[in-house]
Amino acid sequence: MKTISKGLVWGAIGFVIGAGLLAVIRLLLGLSAWAAEPSITLGSLTAVPAWLLGVGVWDYWAREWFNLPLKKYEDTGWRRYFSFSADHKVIGIQYLVTLMSLFLIAGLLAMFIRLELMQPGRDYMDSATYNNIMSLHGTLMVFVGVATIMGAFGNYVVPIMIGAEDMAYPRLNALSYWFLPPVAIFLLASALTSGFDTGWTGYPPLASVNRMGQIFYNLAFFTVGFSSILGAINLITTIITLRAPGLSWGRLPVFVWSILGTAIISFLFTQFVALAMLMNLADRVGGFSFFDAANGGNPLLYQHVFWFYSHPAVYVMILPAFGIILEIIAHFSRKPLFEYNWAVFGMMGVVVLSALVWAHHMFTSGMNGPLRVPFMITTELISVPTGLVFLSALGTMWRGKMNLKTPMLFALGVVFNFLIGGITGVFLSDVPVDMHVQDTFFVVAHFHYTIVGGGIFGLFAGIYYWFPKMTGRMYNERQGQIQFWWMFLGFNITFLPMFWLGINGMNRRVADYVPELGGVNLFVSMASFVLGAGFLLFVYNMVVSWVRGPKAGPNPWGATTLEWMTSSPPPLENFTHPPRVLADPYGYGEKDAPAHAVVGAEAAAD
Amino acid sequence: MSASTHEQAAHGRYDQVTIDRTGFWLFLFSESMLFLGLLASRFYLQGTFRPEELSQTLGLAITMVLLVSSVTAYRAETAIAHGDQTAFLNNTLATIGLGVVFLGGVGYEWSQAFQHFPPNTGFGTVFFSLTGLHALHVLSGVVLLGLLYRNGRLGKYSAEDHWSPEAIVKYWHMVDVVWVFVYMALYLV
Repeated sequence: MKTISKGLVWGAIGFVIGAGLLAVIRLLLGLSAWAAEPSITLGSLTAVPAWLLGVGVWDYWAREWFNLPLKKYEDTGWRRYFSFSADHKVIGIQYLVTLMSLFLIAGLLAMFIRLELMQPGRDYMDSATYNNIMSLHGTLMVFVGVATIMGAFGNYVVPIMIGAEDMAYPRLNALSYWFLPPVAIFLLASALTSGFDTGWTGYPPLASVNRMGQIFYNLAFFTVGFSSILGAINLITTIITLRAPGLSWGRLPVFVWSILGTAIISFLFTQFVALAMLMNLADRVGGFSFFDAANGGNPLLYQHVFWFYSHPAVYVMILPAFGIILEIIAHFSRKPLFEYNWAVFGMMGVVVLSALVWAHHMFTSGMNGPLRVPFMITTELISVPTGLVFLSALGTMWRGKMNLKTPMLFALGVVFNFLIGGITGVFLSDVPVDMHVQDTFFVVAHFHYTIVGGGIFGLFAGIYYWFPKMTGRMYNERQGQIQFWWMFLGFNITFLPMFWLGINGMNRRVADYVPELGGVNLFVSMASFVLGAGFLLFVYNMVVSWVRGPKAGPNPWGATTLEWMTSSPPPLENFTHPPRVLADPYGYGEKDAPAHAVVGAEAAAD
Repeated sequence: MSASTHEQAAHGRYDQVTIDRTGFWLFLFSESMLFLGLLASRFYLQGTFRPEELSQTLGLAITMVLLVSSVTAYRAETAIAHGDQTAFLNNTLATIGLGVVFLGGVGYEWSQAFQHFPPNTGFGTVFFSLTGLHALHVLSGVVLLGLLYRNGRLGKYSAEDHWSPEAIVKYWHMVDVVWVFVYMALYLV
């Protein structure tokens, strides 16, 4: 708590410094000292570093540059979760709890969207409010989708899975997390000033002339980008350099591979979304004309730059979910992962192809017409490596001894939902079909099937799978299974009819629609309220189990990867002795297969 | 930059310089992508258009200054790797000086550019964004080299322990290489 209040005070001082500098320059030029948008932008760009210094960069890091002694970390007790901790396990939980809170808020906003769309006509809010709510829902959900699995499980599980004691740069890791509170503050400030109604994509020319809330959207996205890049560099370095002795690339658990692929996308492409945000800020507050067609700019540039990151970003959302479900399906089917090499190859193929497909978001934008065909082809090609991942999942289950606990149910849910999401993606990548369904609810249904049905279901699979490891306690299995069926059925009856709505001409991002679609929309809204209520059960289960669930023990699933070979939760340095890896991690059903690794005193013996 | 106790405990078994090098190269790649985006935007918005008012002499001059500064930076790094403190300090100082000269050249160029193609015109947008972002990197490089010089004076680096000079010089080379592309895209196409 002290950390946060100190950060806020320093951040406020930083804001005054930035805005003050601008005021001095403006006064020298003979202008008024305060101009809302430039002052806020400059102030925010200095406030974020000042906030970071305040929460801990100064105390635990920068003091040594000035030959001052560093402060000591809080290593135990609940307070460390509210402090600048360099322990990857604390940071993982910080990410998870923060982002799940944002997820619930964004979910609540979706309820308001469905409330308005329940009947034709405008019933509960005006169009501007609807657009603001829709935009905030989308933006928050994208942040949750991009950061949650990588931030929470990438941090918590990956170092343990590779037998390391922490990340390569523990303090940089803490820094990446503490970028997130300013993001929440920016989005709050946006909602309190005027909101933004561009949707999560923020296209100019609307974004160039919009009310002031738009710049907070730009600043928030820019800040998330920083966090993402630093986190990705840290994860790649960790996976390359800190693997335990014997853990060769061919023995790496498949979840670690998926996080590596995700991190490669993040560290190479996130710059582009940061650039798109900076360009819009430069246009609005710096007098540039990137997107102003009257002065030599071109609004289409934004879409190119934005999607060059934001399409790969959807693989940032889905790849770690693939990693989680492959991991879970192998352990819960008690079989070696089917065609491990091809599954890894598939995920890396997605990483490579993700850079070559961005313009399929722009088929109707007025881009160069003939160029749409190569983008159609590359987009359809992506289904090939994705198919490899799918075949690996199915092949692993084939004649396996399946244990249908909650994590496995969610993993199977991903296989089902993502199949629908993936196949409808083929329709959308097809130029003639896209002409018809662009910007309709068909698109909404498609990306909810991939990102919620795939990414978020994968996230829930991971939460249930690693909950015993992270808390040391077991969740309530019965409630977990009820929540799965509730969420799975609620999700499918909510989003399946949306394909039909889209084909029949219901536009997305509009508060109203033709009256003929009223019946189906009423059904969808009711279904979505059922889906939303399901998350209350999840929160109840998690909170109660965390406080007084039964002790889980080190390895409740009988799984073989390294994180299950240490206590739950693991000690500060993860293992009492550095582990040694002897074989690949999925040695189920093979006679005399050696254990994946030796840990503890045995590992230190020779 | 010595590591905290936690960091040291975490990496007892590993070579810290290997870790630092890996991470730093990733950072440099990542940073270059930012310029790649702006360079692509230059051609997307303006094609190969180049106004006649752009001073070729000045452009070539500051490019030479920056290229020479890479040589002095390289000499500084080699010197400290061999434990030669004096040559390290002198070459660092020379690099700082050349960096400042470069920034001065860019500043003069801007004062001219403002008259012919201010930022609210098509070419002005790409010109000022590219040179501005690059100048920001040069400026941060100069500040880092200043810190390096100060710490070098205090005798913090040696032939055995010179990761900080190595990293900052690498960063300086990156800024240089980026400029070569920026120069070609703005002055030569």
